[in-house]
Amino acid sequence: MEYEYILIIIGAIFVNNIVLAQFLGICPFMGVSSKVKTAVGMGGAVLFVMTLAVIVTWIIMHYVLIPFEIQYMQTIAYILVIASLVQMVEIILKKMSPALYQALGVFLPLITTNCAILGVAILVIQKEFNLLKSVIFSIGNAAGFALALIIFAGIREHMDKLNIPEGMKGIPASLVVAGILALAFMGFAGMV
Amino acid sequence: MNQWKNFTKGFIKENPVFILLLGLCPTLGVTTSAINGLGMGLATTFVLLMSNTVISLIKNVIPNKVRIPSFIVIIASFVTIVDLVMAAYVPALHAQLGLFIPLIVVNCIVLGRAEAFASKNTVLSSMIDGLGMGLGFAFALTILGAVRELLGSYAIFGYKLINTDGMLVFVLAPGAFIGLAYLVAIVRRINK
Repeated sequence: MEYEYILIIIGAIFVNNIVLAQFLGICPFMGVSSKVKTAVGMGGAVLFVMTLAVIVTWIIMHYVLIPFEIQYMQTIAYILVIASLVQMVEIILKKMSPALYQALGVFLPLITTNCAILGVAILVIQKEFNLLKSVIFSIGNAAGFALALIIFAGIREHMDKLNIPEGMKGIPASLVVAGILALAFMGFAGMV
Repeated sequence: MNQWKNFTKGFIKENPVFILLLGLCPTLGVTTSAINGLGMGLATTFVLLMSNTVISLIKNVIPNKVRIPSFIVIIASFVTIVDLVMAAYVPALHAQLGLFIPLIVVNCIVLGRAEAFASKNTVLSSMIDGLGMGLGFAFALTILGAVRELLGSYAIFGYKLINTDGMLVFVLAPGAFIGLAYLVAIVRRINK
């Protein structure tokens, strides 16, 4: 049994990396990954919110939407739950733990429109995971997101010193780097 | 305002993908072939057109403080409609696009146009803006899909041009990033 959980984690982090293989959460990946420090902050915020959101949406799916047979309301229900959850987390963190709020605060509003959160919440339903598996799956995906973000930020910090052709400066060069990184992650295919 | 200019700005001048770099997740995720790109683009166009129309119709009724949640609910309703209609009439395409259909909700272009344009302009202008931006998005996705299909399997819209295997890497994840990188660089060059 434990073996299966390890496979879920490794699969989520390396083989089907959420950013580099499944293309979820590209906006923050491109937007806030110019420094390693902000990448770590964003990774932490996503880990926190993704796990919470998956737990809450899983419960809503199985105890509200399925008993009333209104699964087609999934998209509307999920996006509302995630949006209000992010607001609530922000308010609670501000009161309870100002230090953590200082570290994660600026990233929280960005997370509502991060498709990785909604994507993973829908994926665990599609894969028919139970609650424990869903939580493990979301932790693995968030770790994969953080890993990709931090590696990418590390590379981008060094790219400032390079002499890049005029037309490729900025986003195009970053996209090429992301492509090469995705190529490297393809090497993990077949591990699970 | 010149409505023709309003309509055509989405194609090159303010193209949501190539210039504004919004909605990168579906752009990279579904463009393994031209037809997938076109399907995703048209689905997004429908949502964008309808949400822009409805939001500009009721913009005076929505209190300013709850405008973002209201926009999200309106968008999510149209996404659900698209999701159900596609599942019923084009099940093969629906299965190919998969997770990215519900994720139109968190596509930054849709909420972005609602907030930046539809909540401030007349109904007719908003409809034209939604249609133009949506078709610009569909245009970008079709081009990227066509490039990847052409290089990845030497085919276009499913018709094989050369009867051998293509450069597989362009169909896989790295090809998406690198293909988009060069297209963005080319469009920037044209715009200059």
